[in-house]
Amino acid sequence: MAKVLMKGNEAIGAAAIKAGCNYFFGYPITPQNELPEYMARELPNIGGIFLQAESEVAAINMVYGAAGAGARVMTSSSSPGIALKQEGISYIAGAELPCVIVNIVRGGPGLGGIQPAQSDYYQSTRGGGNGDYRHVVYAPATIQETVDLVMESFDVAEQYRMPVMVVGDGMIGQMMEPIEFKEPKKRPLEPKTWATDGTKGKRKPNIINSLFIDPQELEDHVLKLERKYDEIKEKEVRYENYNVEDADVVVVAYGTTSRIAKNAIAKCEEEGMKVGLIRPITLWPFPDKAFDEITDKTKGVLTVEMSTGQMIDDVKIALNGRKPVHFYGRTGGMVPTPDAIVDEIKKIAGGVK
Amino acid sequence: MAKVFERTNGLTDKPFHYCPGCTHGVIHRLVAEVLEELDVLGETIGVAPVGCSVFAYDYFNCDMHEAAHGRAPAVATGIKRVHPDKVVFTYQGDGDLASIGAAEIIHAAARGEKITTIFVNNAIYGMTGGQMAPTTLEGQKATTSPYGRDVSHAGMPMRVSEMLATLDGAKFVERVSVHNAAAVRKTKKAIKKAFELQLSGEGFGIVEVLSTCPTNWGLTPVESLKWLEENMIPYYPLGNICTPEEVK
Repeated sequence: MAKVLMKGNEAIGAAAIKAGCNYFFGYPITPQNELPEYMARELPNIGGIFLQAESEVAAINMVYGAAGAGARVMTSSSSPGIALKQEGISYIAGAELPCVIVNIVRGGPGLGGIQPAQSDYYQSTRGGGNGDYRHVVYAPATIQETVDLVMESFDVAEQYRMPVMVVGDGMIGQMMEPIEFKEPKKRPLEPKTWATDGTKGKRKPNIINSLFIDPQELEDHVLKLERKYDEIKEKEVRYENYNVEDADVVVVAYGTTSRIAKNAIAKCEEEGMKVGLIRPITLWPFPDKAFDEITDKTKGVLTVEMSTGQMIDDVKIALNGRKPVHFYGRTGGMVPTPDAIVDEIKKIAGGVK
Repeated sequence: MAKVFERTNGLTDKPFHYCPGCTHGVIHRLVAEVLEELDVLGETIGVAPVGCSVFAYDYFNCDMHEAAHGRAPAVATGIKRVHPDKVVFTYQGDGDLASIGAAEIIHAAARGEKITTIFVNNAIYGMTGGQMAPTTLEGQKATTSPYGRDVSHAGMPMRVSEMLATLDGAKFVERVSVHNAAAVRKTKKAIKKAFELQLSGEGFGIVEVLSTCPTNWGLTPVESLKWLEENMIPYYPLGNICTPEEVK
């Protein structure tokens, strides 16, 4: 199929529809508005439903209802809006329902700003909602990868019966790149026998629920979720490693920042330095094993983020004290320049040629 | 011998957890009987609230979805938009619907969601132990209004049905009560009409049922029914507030 040039936010909508998503519930917030607007335009043409909710809280609870009813359903928002959705995300995780949530991240805290940021790493990976739960978090770096991951997210969500979040930033949302739509690999998807679509007098009622008033029952439920999360850690980790084994310095960056880091690494290579890159594609599960490739030769690891340092915690956990971990970040909507990253790499490399 | 009464198939065999004298049980049965009489149990999805009736999902003999506090109308919206041919209802108390879920119920009504809401108003938060609700009457004591509701401080109680009836999307709004047998019969009629209007695709319907809370009111069940009649009905007048023209 020929490639088409699309803006990130619209490409996400097109990918979702290609993946069979027929329901979208959302609420306006910059910088993701082109996505709900695309869905409002396109879903009615295919017999789907776009509904603008009265709030992000209502939107995610509509998703909760539609997911329970057996639909392929999606919502999107940006940072403060995702904060409001956390209640529903926790319920959806607890009730084990599939859905896809897109966060086009902007700067915070509070109302923050509307420029690209990565300051929702904690919110995405630590569970902004209450309780012992996790969900897959994808962090694509190009529009093509965004499209691929959005399409696959619906299958992943259904395979594991959990919310899947795709985290972009204002850059991913607003940038245009050529893309093509490719079928994701086939996954084992069970029929949704648990869905609330009416008993028709032929089965016992289905109940969608996250309440377990007996503590032993709740512990059993949470441990069942935990086993699922362990399986995901085993099977669904994604990352890109570049020249890690041979590197004097290894940079860790995801999403938009990883692209800038690649430019910085190219500049360092021109000067004869050996710099590697670890690019987590899944923020949860975090690619701990990507760090096993780091050898004794590496002097230090540099984490680059558009935040004051959030992913760095996971980098330190993955390295478990094996290497010094350094940080460089810009935040509030400021984007790091390749030169600034080169300077940081040089500081760590010291005299190494 | 002719059978004069039978337990409705609209309820499961699970015993209610409600306090003695609480009228949730009566209201559950009325909803269940209506769903059975309309022969839609197999086509119905109910949405349970947070509050005393949180376990409603165990009692109604149809598919059920337990919502977050106040969000039942949003959850019901999601379900109904996926299954427009099914019957979808929410069952909510006054804390759930009138306080934390005010936005969700107003906008579900404004959109004219083709769902039915059973709104059980007993003027207090029951499950959490008798705190003041938006519907708590002036001067009424609750654990968070221990000297009686001071309206200069907490505002006047909300008349939710009258407020929702101002919205064009709300096609059927009626306030009923269960303080005596005659009122219970009227309540069942209103509930049936609300579900019939959903089946004919009219739009949003709500039945507000005035209910008791003997435990948190600190009254006996009989005293509670009398208190409802003497105190709640004067402020929350019973009757139909709106019905589509063609069925009046």
